[in-house]
Amino acid sequence: MVGVSADTIRKEVRKLEGVMPESVLKELESGLLRVGRERAITREQLGEIIDGVKRAYAKATVEPGEAVGTVAAQSIGEPGTQMTLRTFHYAGVAELNVTLGLPRLIELLDARRVPSAALMRIYLKERFARSREKARALAQKIEMTAVEDIALQTETDLINLVFALTFDRSRMRRREMTPSQVASAINGALKVETRIDGNKLRIKPATQTLSELRRLAARVKALPLRGIKGISRVVVKMDGDEYVIYTEGSNLSEILAMPEVDQTRTVTNNIHEIEAVLGIEAARNAIINELVNTLEEQGLEVDIRHIMLVADMMTTSGEVKQIGRHGISGGKASVLARASFEITTKHLLDACIHGESDKLDGIIENVIAGQPIPLGTGSVELVTRREGEGGHK
Amino acid sequence: MGNTSKEFDIRLHVLVPKHEVLPKEEAREVLERYKVAPHQLPLIKSTDPAAKAIGAKHGDIIKITRNSPTAGKAIAYRYVIER
Repeated sequence: MVGVSADTIRKEVRKLEGVMPESVLKELESGLLRVGRERAITREQLGEIIDGVKRAYAKATVEPGEAVGTVAAQSIGEPGTQMTLRTFHYAGVAELNVTLGLPRLIELLDARRVPSAALMRIYLKERFARSREKARALAQKIEMTAVEDIALQTETDLINLVFALTFDRSRMRRREMTPSQVASAINGALKVETRIDGNKLRIKPATQTLSELRRLAARVKALPLRGIKGISRVVVKMDGDEYVIYTEGSNLSEILAMPEVDQTRTVTNNIHEIEAVLGIEAARNAIINELVNTLEEQGLEVDIRHIMLVADMMTTSGEVKQIGRHGISGGKASVLARASFEITTKHLLDACIHGESDKLDGIIENVIAGQPIPLGTGSVELVTRREGEGGHK
Repeated sequence: MGNTSKEFDIRLHVLVPKHEVLPKEEAREVLERYKVAPHQLPLIKSTDPAAKAIGAKHGDIIKITRNSPTAGKAIAYRYVIER
């Protein structure tokens, strides 16, 4: 007896495209090909196997009316109880501040504007990624250096009404800056008179008043000399076979605009920044990655389907919305559902003022009203036409 | 390619899946298959960087081919809204 050829197997499996997902087909194909090499598979057997897989797949799909949202909430919530409550950890990358555990999980689901510890992972183009020196130099260029960072000490001379700054030579050498560069930068940005005096820089305010001097002092200290806004620290690290720059602070759009940076892989942990620069679909992927990493780092295993559902819900409106009062739960159509979640009186009062009505077609509303809930078998409704009313078409 | 200073193609980024504007005919088929009105699909703003990159306009339906960890490849649709 001769078995079917490898080509037939491929052809038969390809027929299932659109019926089953790509990954199942690949597994089925490779499995069949492997077995086919060891022993002959008859056409009949092939048909049986494929039918069996079809049945198994259909059985594994979620049934209509299944409460996937509730299951996802429970599946993420329970492991969440085992997470660390501590806010900060100096983990993962050397010396970088990373938010981990429950605080990070909450931050992600709340879709906070700014994460409490913004972080970027900057990949470099080939020729920069191979050389430690080039990566270092680039990191220096990215790190924001303010005047304050290169000053040993600063003083406001109240008698002569000047602001004096003592250079920190070693820090300046490391950043390859000279006193005259600093002076001209301050001069150019603030339009004030500067004078280098040995290791000191004296700056005169535009008007000789005490208040102007104070204002000048604050502005000079914060003046950025170079680097990218928001990037406060950089660390160069070997990752696999290439050098990668990790930063504290984040500025995706400006970093991606740099020609030395690998624009296809560089990421930030700020979801909103990703949404603004790369779009809503990228934000969805970022939410999934961040959630998975946060859970995994704590040694928790949550099926990725639950996480994908959460990410889908957070991004369906076209912008990143939090799970909670100002997002998914707050946007529900039913007054009763909203009122039962948080700030009950406000929702009830607002609904009264606007004369809202509740159609009672959600779960929560019906639980409150003491009716069967539209879930699972309860989501099916029967409509009949009595005789004499036209019957069926 | 035109990878000078400010401009870069966001479509090349690993986080951005493939977006394509569906021709009117196919868009109608999708709505029919799922028996939905356009606004019942997930939405995407016309100002979304990925939507802009492919020149999608208000009223278009975008087909998104995602790399899914469970399904290998997954197709999703988004309806382009104003703003």
